[in-house]
Amino acid sequence: MFSSLLRGSTIALRTASARSALRPVAAISRTSLVSPLRAYSTGLNRDDISARVIDVVKAFDKTTASAQVTADTHFAKDLGLDSLDTVELLVAIEEEFDVEIPDKVADEIKSVAEAVQYIASNPEAN
Amino acid sequence: MTSRVVVTGLGALTPIGKTVQESWTNLLRGKSGIRPVSELPGFKEYESPCPASVGVANVSDFNASDYGTLFTSQDLRRMSTFTQFAIVAAQEALIDAGLLNNLKDLNAERFGCVIGSGTASIQDMYDSILAFDRGKRLSPTFVPKILANMACGNISIKYQLKGVSHCASTACATGNNAIGDAYNFIRLGYNDLCLAGASEACVHPLALSGFLRAKSITADGVSRPFDARRSGFVLGEGAGLLVLESLEHAQKRGARIYAEVEGYGLTSDAYHITSPSENGDGARRAMKMALNRLDPKEVDYVNAHATSTILGDRAEMQAMNQVFAEHPRDKLLKVSSNKGSMGHLLGAAGAVESIFTIKSLQDGVVPHTLNLETAGGAAGDDPKAWQLLDLVQGKPVALEMRYALTNSFGFGGINSSLLFRKWED
Repeated sequence: MFSSLLRGSTIALRTASARSALRPVAAISRTSLVSPLRAYSTGLNRDDISARVIDVVKAFDKTTASAQVTADTHFAKDLGLDSLDTVELLVAIEEEFDVEIPDKVADEIKSVAEAVQYIASNPEAN
Repeated sequence: MTSRVVVTGLGALTPIGKTVQESWTNLLRGKSGIRPVSELPGFKEYESPCPASVGVANVSDFNASDYGTLFTSQDLRRMSTFTQFAIVAAQEALIDAGLLNNLKDLNAERFGCVIGSGTASIQDMYDSILAFDRGKRLSPTFVPKILANMACGNISIKYQLKGVSHCASTACATGNNAIGDAYNFIRLGYNDLCLAGASEACVHPLALSGFLRAKSITADGVSRPFDARRSGFVLGEGAGLLVLESLEHAQKRGARIYAEVEGYGLTSDAYHITSPSENGDGARRAMKMALNRLDPKEVDYVNAHATSTILGDRAEMQAMNQVFAEHPRDKLLKVSSNKGSMGHLLGAAGAVESIFTIKSLQDGVVPHTLNLETAGGAAGDDPKAWQLLDLVQGKPVALEMRYALTNSFGFGGINSSLLFRKWED
């Protein structure tokens, strides 16, 4: 898609076949978003999760504050992110770990540590 | 009593330049900002809806991060391209008006922002629909990115302009509409100052395909306003912003004044969603309304809408003939279109062309219409109708001017005209 390249869009390139793909498939995936929060742990190493979350934050918010981000960083207090920013950052974290964070859970994730905790507890994270 | 309104700052980002001066110089040099669509990256994906012969006039090599601290990390995430274009033009206009470093000294509540867009962000709409269709979650910035008033909203926030906030979205008349609205707001005393204009970032396969299907875009990749071989417009994009100011406020702060806004006309054809009324009735009335009581003989130059379509250019010729040619004058009225050089910037066209009209007045030069070789002569053109005005071709013409008019017409049958008078101290 030429203008995505042109504009630096983050949306992946669309193939010709995607254009004609049947809609019901997507519709089903949309209605089955919710991955329930489970009590057992993912197979991912916690330090790796933390490093990856920190990398996502740094790539997302290219500011001096973000360059100093650690496991203890709070999105609003330390980075000045507002609610829109936070939702957008969580989308980036979802993409990094290939998970969907339920809205109710997402509302409670306000720091790197809380994001790491959620990913560590989600067996579908990879 | 209403205030007089003057123009004290200009800013533009166009297919032929990253600033007003660069764009204006390139326009006078006859540079073309039009390239074949096949030169755009990733073109192959769209070969089918957009034949390689189609031309586009995009703002090439635009990268918001090249503007240093103008955009924060958050701005880059939140602003769609048309908003970023507008910010670049706003910054230039505020610097040009001598306001950027004095914003804190002004009464922010008397400084408004009227910035329109015809298509807002087709790119973000398109990307989000595709993502949604694949079952992906939408970005929380989806809605704020696609709203047409977000160039206006973001600029108000960035520069802390707390007066009027308004967005015209009237297709290809958007730019004139925004300037005309801002003019009226200042006349009526709503504000002392206003950033006014429009932005468009529409060079996208979806927009191209849509205009091709509507038979508005030429397949031969050349924009030839008024020419015998004209066959449709070339899709362009960009932004133009003007600082409008009450005369009293401008004089009080010792501002450099370019021109006075003398009149504004706005009418509807009430005829067809995409075609102009054949005799140019709405366009004629818009020009008359902008002239108000001014004798048409006083007008030295018309910066025409002329997009290079068969019907549109013909209707505008007829309208201009009726307004101007019926009043005998020593020399024929000079008319030109900027769209041969930079294509059609849709909503931003009127804003950028108003800037060029003001530069014409200031510099005493009428830019020629690029690619105009034979005026009229298309099937259905009445030869007599194309002899009554001086369609400037070949090269720019020096002309001392006092009054210049600029037209913008749009889908939906809207016709708008702005009348500017050169500022003479």
